[in-house]
Amino acid sequence: MSPSLRLPGVRSRHSNGADPAAEAVSAADASPAAEAVSAADASHAAEATSAPLLEPGEAPGTQPEQGSDPRAERAPEPEPPRPTPTPDAVRVAAAAGFSPVDLEASTRPRARRRQPVGEARADGGVPIAEDGEALAGRLRGLTAVEDALARLVAFDDVVLSWIAEDGYPMNVAVRAEVAPQDDTIRFDGPAGFQIHGRHVAVTGTHVRPLPDGGFDERSHVTVWGRVTARPRGRFVLHPDRAWIWDDAELPLPAAYERRLPKARRYFEELSRERGYRVRPRMDPRQLLFRATRAPFLSATWVPVLVGLAIAAQEGHFDPATAFLTVVAASSVHLGLNAANDVFDTLAGADDANETPTRFSGGSRVIQNALISVGQMSALALACYGVAVALGLVLFALRGSFALAGLAALGVAISVGYTMPPAKLVYRGLGEVATAVGFGPVMLLGAYVVQSGGSVSPGAVVASLPIGLLVAMILYVNEIPDRAGDAGVGKRTLPVRLGKREVVLGFDAAVASAFAVVGLGAVAGTLPLSCLLALMAIPLSLEVHRGLVRDYENPYALTHTMALNIRLHFTVGVLLWFGYVAAITDQTLLHLRPFVG
Amino acid sequence: MPALPYPVARLLDAALVGELTVVGRDGRPITYPMTPVLWSERIYLTSSALDSTKIAHIKANPRTSFSITQTGATGSVGGRVTIQCDARVSEDDLHEDWERLIPAWSKKDPSVRAMIGSRLAFPLLSERILIELTPRKTWYWPDGDTQKPPQATVAAEVAR
Repeated sequence: MSPSLRLPGVRSRHSNGADPAAEAVSAADASPAAEAVSAADASHAAEATSAPLLEPGEAPGTQPEQGSDPRAERAPEPEPPRPTPTPDAVRVAAAAGFSPVDLEASTRPRARRRQPVGEARADGGVPIAEDGEALAGRLRGLTAVEDALARLVAFDDVVLSWIAEDGYPMNVAVRAEVAPQDDTIRFDGPAGFQIHGRHVAVTGTHVRPLPDGGFDERSHVTVWGRVTARPRGRFVLHPDRAWIWDDAELPLPAAYERRLPKARRYFEELSRERGYRVRPRMDPRQLLFRATRAPFLSATWVPVLVGLAIAAQEGHFDPATAFLTVVAASSVHLGLNAANDVFDTLAGADDANETPTRFSGGSRVIQNALISVGQMSALALACYGVAVALGLVLFALRGSFALAGLAALGVAISVGYTMPPAKLVYRGLGEVATAVGFGPVMLLGAYVVQSGGSVSPGAVVASLPIGLLVAMILYVNEIPDRAGDAGVGKRTLPVRLGKREVVLGFDAAVASAFAVVGLGAVAGTLPLSCLLALMAIPLSLEVHRGLVRDYENPYALTHTMALNIRLHFTVGVLLWFGYVAAITDQTLLHLRPFVG
Repeated sequence: MPALPYPVARLLDAALVGELTVVGRDGRPITYPMTPVLWSERIYLTSSALDSTKIAHIKANPRTSFSITQTGATGSVGGRVTIQCDARVSEDDLHEDWERLIPAWSKKDPSVRAMIGSRLAFPLLSERILIELTPRKTWYWPDGDTQKPPQATVAAEVAR
């Protein structure tokens, strides 16, 4: 990183720990903030999510009632949990597609802002201004005006804005001093302009220009008030309102999510003005990819392909029905994902979630106004329609009571997952439903299509670790959503349990999955070659460490969520290879009992 | 050269950031830091749909001023300027209209191209309203000292 530019008019005492601005800065350091965050509970976060978006000049809590003391109107409040920036978040969120510059700005430790400030600030690269909630000041129990003044101490040159006689606004740089003893700002009036008695705004802005172009470290502080004249061309401003924005105090992904309701209102208003629906646009293929959360199809393909491999190992395999099975199961999964978004949106869970990641919080296509709830419902119905049609074809070709029962159970779980009245995921049964649906139902369903209805012990045993591990995908992905989920009564296990219990639950489930594989192979229910799956144990330990380390930080936890998905996929693929090895042995090598 | 004094145009070309001041609902000034792009005799700014409040203010009252005050963000070009402008917003095509500014904008801020690359993850960052500022008057301080009288110019006179 480049050093901040030291510019004309920027005070050299910023690094002095006794400086009021430096005090404000140190109070905003990531570590104390992290402590405060971890101490708060999920219900606080749920309250925070319902707070209206703040605007410059209209920030709730920063506009005192007429005649009241602006410093007294805002008592210290319990701070809701906020995502805590960590260096890991830079890497993790970069993988999610953030620009490196913005990531760096949004996750930078706050203490670095002790570097000279006062150059400039812009929202050109990724504009995330218009949110005046300052974490640091609130943690210290400052009013917004006090917090803003403490920050403005760092600026020698500020922008003075007012409305001129002709009705046009004016803005001119002036040299200003904050007088902390009486909470005022004093400055020399710009030559040739009449400002006495006017309502003015004083704005301090900051960015750090980067050597290769662009900038980071964006912050923006404005106070408003009426200005009065002093002798010798001096003026004094008594601020009555303040607005603060600092990239370092709210990571970009969270800032983005906070602005979505406002953006939706903007599109609605624009649509009314135009008389036709105006929506943000996305390439239709990308939109379909994102809306259906297609990358999660691995959760379906793993059990289906393992089920097909088990059937093949036992002498039942028909390529055509195997292909139809994969497509039908994928359609059910995509329909489930779309339906899940619809019902979570209707319940308010997705809107309440301010910390979604690429693995959690739904597809967000409705929240981003890319498609409507109705369109998403149609997408879900279309996917289910394909699944039902293919299911009927499969039943006609290879129908059995077992297939009918499994299909009925699968549909019941899929529909009841988020849909009323069952709403399994809202009742804390989401993990169980997922384990059953994406474990035994998918695997045995694929198996019985091939077997014609019979079920082998090997298929049942192999479905258990896959079910457990896929449930752990949901379980871990629910961790960053727990605040939003709690706010809408979605009683997932991470909502009900504390960090220690959640991590223990993960450990127990994963240990059970590996134990089933080991015991199944030793007992001869699974081919010995399925012991290959135990090679994924180190990966599970890595997930455990990630959970312990990043439990409170949604963005850092994204890396762990990715590892956890890879754990399920790896175990599934290794089991599949185990069966392929057994098939190869049966047909070519005849090495049994070493692999089969 | 645009209908602006040459030093002012140079400053706008060089400035990484400037400050747009609009008239708020309550009649008070609200200042937004933004990156200016000087193009075809006008100043262009963009605002994502996520930060659309300034657009509502401009629609309600198109009188604005744009200043370049941050001497560290103009490279080797010195001075300060305040430009009184009439603003117009373009919302015809939020997805692509603003992209014509990318060549000039990305020279100032290369991360703009990364923003477009992140459209799948953050689609609304790239749905942007174009703000077009037509200069009326300028106040220019060659050495940046606003305690001294500025060089005032009516933009239309320069054009003549």
